[in-house]
Amino acid sequence: MRYIDPHIHMVSRTTDDYRHMALAGCVAVTEPAFWAGFDRSSPQGFYDYFRQLTETEPRRAAAHGIKHFTWLCINPKEAEDPVFAREVIALIPDFLDKPNVLGIGEIGLNKNSCNELSILEDQIALADRHNQLILVHTPHLEDKLKGTRLIIDAIRRNTRIDPGRVLIDHVEEHTVRAVLDAGMWAGMTLYPDSKCTAQRAADIIEVYGNERIWINSAGDWGHSDPLAVPKAALEMRRRGHLEASIQNVTFDNPQKFLGQSPRFKIDE
Amino acid sequence: MPHDVTDRNRTRTQVADLYFMEHRAKTLDVAAFLDRHDRAAGDEDFRVAQLRQAAAILTDGKPDRAKRILELMSDPTLEPIARAGSKGATGAYAPTTTERAKP
Repeated sequence: MRYIDPHIHMVSRTTDDYRHMALAGCVAVTEPAFWAGFDRSSPQGFYDYFRQLTETEPRRAAAHGIKHFTWLCINPKEAEDPVFAREVIALIPDFLDKPNVLGIGEIGLNKNSCNELSILEDQIALADRHNQLILVHTPHLEDKLKGTRLIIDAIRRNTRIDPGRVLIDHVEEHTVRAVLDAGMWAGMTLYPDSKCTAQRAADIIEVYGNERIWINSAGDWGHSDPLAVPKAALEMRRRGHLEASIQNVTFDNPQKFLGQSPRFKIDE
Repeated sequence: MPHDVTDRNRTRTQVADLYFMEHRAKTLDVAAFLDRHDRAAGDEDFRVAQLRQAAAILTDGKPDRAKRILELMSDPTLEPIARAGSKGATGAYAPTTTERAKP
């Protein structure tokens, strides 16, 4: 089975993880910029992080036959200081021509604050100015429903943004319908303790359909599983889903959405 | 791509065959957790109070249980909050422990 993990933070993962993913059939990953688990002390820290995402990580992935792509932004967990956040945003255009950059992400909301929303709007505008795809993080747990609504409204306010070029990630049963109805793509993240399990992701596919939807591990430094995508495929297979349907959500759909960027090319 | 698997082309027995033992164990884990919580000292934790409400949804016989439990445990307000006082989430909503919505 060939698959794409369209959301995983490989800077937090080991070389063994790359090896295991390659053995499981992973051919490409896309890595959004995110929170390091601590607040960076200066915009220069982000500059170095963006270099890691655009120079170092593609080499680590290539050593295992995996194509590495990335998304750049300041994440919502570090967006509460708008002056700092805007200094980081000013760095991003210098990296947008790097060969593995697909767009702006993972932007979004964390605690649904006014400052987070303002920085989200700035980064939506940045994507618009540079004609970039958008990958959106939705908040955790009790904040997700409200945050998803605020995010969809913010994207709709920028009428130049094509909803078909936006993926709203970390959807669950209470948010997936709103995202799909808005004409955007939906991502399901498979986590051991929060977000979706493989069983619930398969349920969502059965109930809401398999159009404009993908699954990802969002593997990072927290409780997560870099093999979550092939394990979800196994869950679908044991329920009797056809191989073509499994490939649709683990390969074809990510390829279709990501392929809207001319930079997303993987060997056929 | 059309669905090849729907709820209509599998039986309830097939679903139980695949998942019953796993969810029997999870149910016992929840029961033991509530016993453990109730044996401990102090007031009811707000998260556990919401878990008890969620448990009622499990047995009400209506569909969309997962969606309704997620909604139960969600912040129902609509306006952004004035300022994020923390980065984390608790998993349950309580106005006294969540930043107040901007007026």
